[in-house]
Amino acid sequence: MYKIVEKQQLSDIITKLVIEAPLIAKKRKAGNFVIIRVDENGERIPITIADSDPQKGTVTIIVQAVGKTTKLLCSLNKGDYVLDFVGPLGEPTPIHNYGTVVCIGGGVGTAEVYPIAKALKEAGNNVIGIVGARTKNLIILEDEMRAICNELYITTDDGSYGRKGFVSDQLQDLINSGIKIDAVYAIGPIPMMKVCANVTRPYKIKTYVSLNPIMVDGTGMCGGCRVTVGGKMKFACVDGPEFDAHEVDFDELIMRNRTYVDLEKISDELYEKHVCKLEGVK
Amino acid sequence: MTNPLKPSERMKIPRQHSIEQTAEDRIKNFFEVSFGLNEELALIEAKRCLECKNPVCIEGCPVRIDIPGFIKLILEKDYVGAVNKIREANYLPAICGRVCPQEDQCEIVCLLGKKHEPVAIGKLERFVADYEMANNLFETPVITNHIDKKVAVVGSGPAGLTCAAELAKMGYKVTIFEALHSTGGVLRYGIPEFRLPKKILDIEVDRIKKLGVEIYTNFVVGRTATLDELLDEWGFDAVFLGTGAGTPNFMGIPGENLSGVYSANEFLTRVNFMRAYAFPETDTPIKIGKQIAVIGGGNTAMDAVRTAKRLGAEKAYLIYRRSRTEMPARVEEVMHAEEEGIEFLMLTNPIRIIGDDFNWVKAIECQKMELGEPDESGRRKPVPVQGSEFILEVQTVIEAIGQKPNPIIQATTPGLDVSKKGTVVVDDVQRTSRPNVFAGGDLTRGGATVILAMRDGKIAAEEIHKYLQSVEAKKESATVNK
Repeated sequence: MYKIVEKQQLSDIITKLVIEAPLIAKKRKAGNFVIIRVDENGERIPITIADSDPQKGTVTIIVQAVGKTTKLLCSLNKGDYVLDFVGPLGEPTPIHNYGTVVCIGGGVGTAEVYPIAKALKEAGNNVIGIVGARTKNLIILEDEMRAICNELYITTDDGSYGRKGFVSDQLQDLINSGIKIDAVYAIGPIPMMKVCANVTRPYKIKTYVSLNPIMVDGTGMCGGCRVTVGGKMKFACVDGPEFDAHEVDFDELIMRNRTYVDLEKISDELYEKHVCKLEGVK
Repeated sequence: MTNPLKPSERMKIPRQHSIEQTAEDRIKNFFEVSFGLNEELALIEAKRCLECKNPVCIEGCPVRIDIPGFIKLILEKDYVGAVNKIREANYLPAICGRVCPQEDQCEIVCLLGKKHEPVAIGKLERFVADYEMANNLFETPVITNHIDKKVAVVGSGPAGLTCAAELAKMGYKVTIFEALHSTGGVLRYGIPEFRLPKKILDIEVDRIKKLGVEIYTNFVVGRTATLDELLDEWGFDAVFLGTGAGTPNFMGIPGENLSGVYSANEFLTRVNFMRAYAFPETDTPIKIGKQIAVIGGGNTAMDAVRTAKRLGAEKAYLIYRRSRTEMPARVEEVMHAEEEGIEFLMLTNPIRIIGDDFNWVKAIECQKMELGEPDESGRRKPVPVQGSEFILEVQTVIEAIGQKPNPIIQATTPGLDVSKKGTVVVDDVQRTSRPNVFAGGDLTRGGATVILAMRDGKIAAEEIHKYLQSVEAKKESATVNK
């Protein structure tokens, strides 16, 4: 059992949870993830570690409530426990001094790019941040990103905050402005990562993405997370989760992630009904 | 009591059969197929043992159970004595009595089997283990000798559990590190409920805990802490690696990444370990088409195809590129699968999986094979029959074509010799290239049986004991020499 020691609502649907897990806090590096199972009947889901505090022995995760499990996780409070919390999993991000790196976070993906941006900054890079979301209240970690980025750009699809448009538009503008970009990290929804990869491809800018396929164990056992990278089968949990964006078959990943869409909906609806009933009782 | 029957009379008794659920019933549930022998049948079966002067059955058993010894105790109706006799050599009798391939081990060499059918040793083993469990007669052995040394066991599958139990009985402080959220390894995530009920596994694991073995779940050695950290920072004196062969192989044919294609590992993990059969009461989903195909001929393939049948597949095909005789699965499991209506497509090899517009499996294309010259395994090599391609309509494909060891520990442990196949290299007493690191089971074999994993765990435990004694002796002589 792993205790939630802090909870903060970052938006209506995005929650930050600080969880007691001293061993993971000690070992964790940028790019690692954990597998969480909330309760006895729960599924195992992978979530990228946003931050950790080895002294306090805590690990921070940022979760967007999109389906049953993430909603349940976000409904937990300070003092509650999650049943299983295992990690740090995946290969950590290789941190080099590239020169100038653009770190792009789309939606809750900002929580995943933030630790990478932080580590890249500490390694001496000139870090340019782009944080985007559908709308203003879904922009997260703006202050944290601002604190570590040399420059930070904000985009919203609806123009409610920062530049109207996509993170990829901002990336294209940066390239057009003529500054030398040595590497790009783009983490967010798959279509966003795909578009960012397409933007940098003609310029041969090294671009990395962190993939989020369906996973069960997270340790290389099930092969559910297999993705095609450079024409080869890779397991995102042990070979990744970060890969060369120009080599990833994003369309296949989008299709594979839809495998259980109908069942996920059933699960979600049952959960919503259950929550409504509970609220009715209150 | 000795057997009152003369050998000629014993030979006349037919081999007794387990009571089983009918195929019709069992494909609708996940309960155990076989209920085993009852007391009456077990007593008849025990009478069949010839009590050979030179009991070759013991030689046939990888862990050298005193088979005539425990059968004799059954005749005396001392069932607890019998199970304890087994336990001297094997701490997990209820498991082995169910999943051991006795027909290739102890029973194949049974003298009675030369002219008649061999003694049903496995079923007798299961009977005494079940008798003890049902009547709550197990008593935890009292450990009098405590040794102030710590051993880490990595992985809680059959190799790890056995190694831990043996070391704990010797008096060592043992800690098991398990990567998943629950113990048992392949016994839990791989072998289905209808062959090995989780309750049996829980009881056996609990008995190991009662020996004082500590178990950490959610601990991935190589990630949560490295092997060297366990030795240097956690203060373990030796490590046993029993992390199994958990990484699935894929055939490498087109269409493997379509939705609806599973590795047997993923399929069985979802159903057995995550209890997807109870979705949406449980949260892990699984999808089964009306027509499904499992590729492979081993026990895992049988487990997968029979599981799919129980989940509602109307047509469940088993596709295997060789013929029935080359199939590595247990005869009993093949028979059970056949009774359950599994359709066997032998000498058939899949060449591609075909998807629909939504990237879902809709069919599998296969070709017929014929047997050619023997290959390096001694089995006749299947070769394709030209122009024999055909398309089979299926919505789910499960590949059960073997596993290889998970690479995490090998990649994070300097100085540990690893073969080209990814297995950890060990000598004949399970020693690795590192002096205080031992290994066994599928991690070193690349995919074998539960009992061979247990054998390795047991031998490793004895070897760890010798190693730690020698370290202690060296220390003492060093002190004396000062």
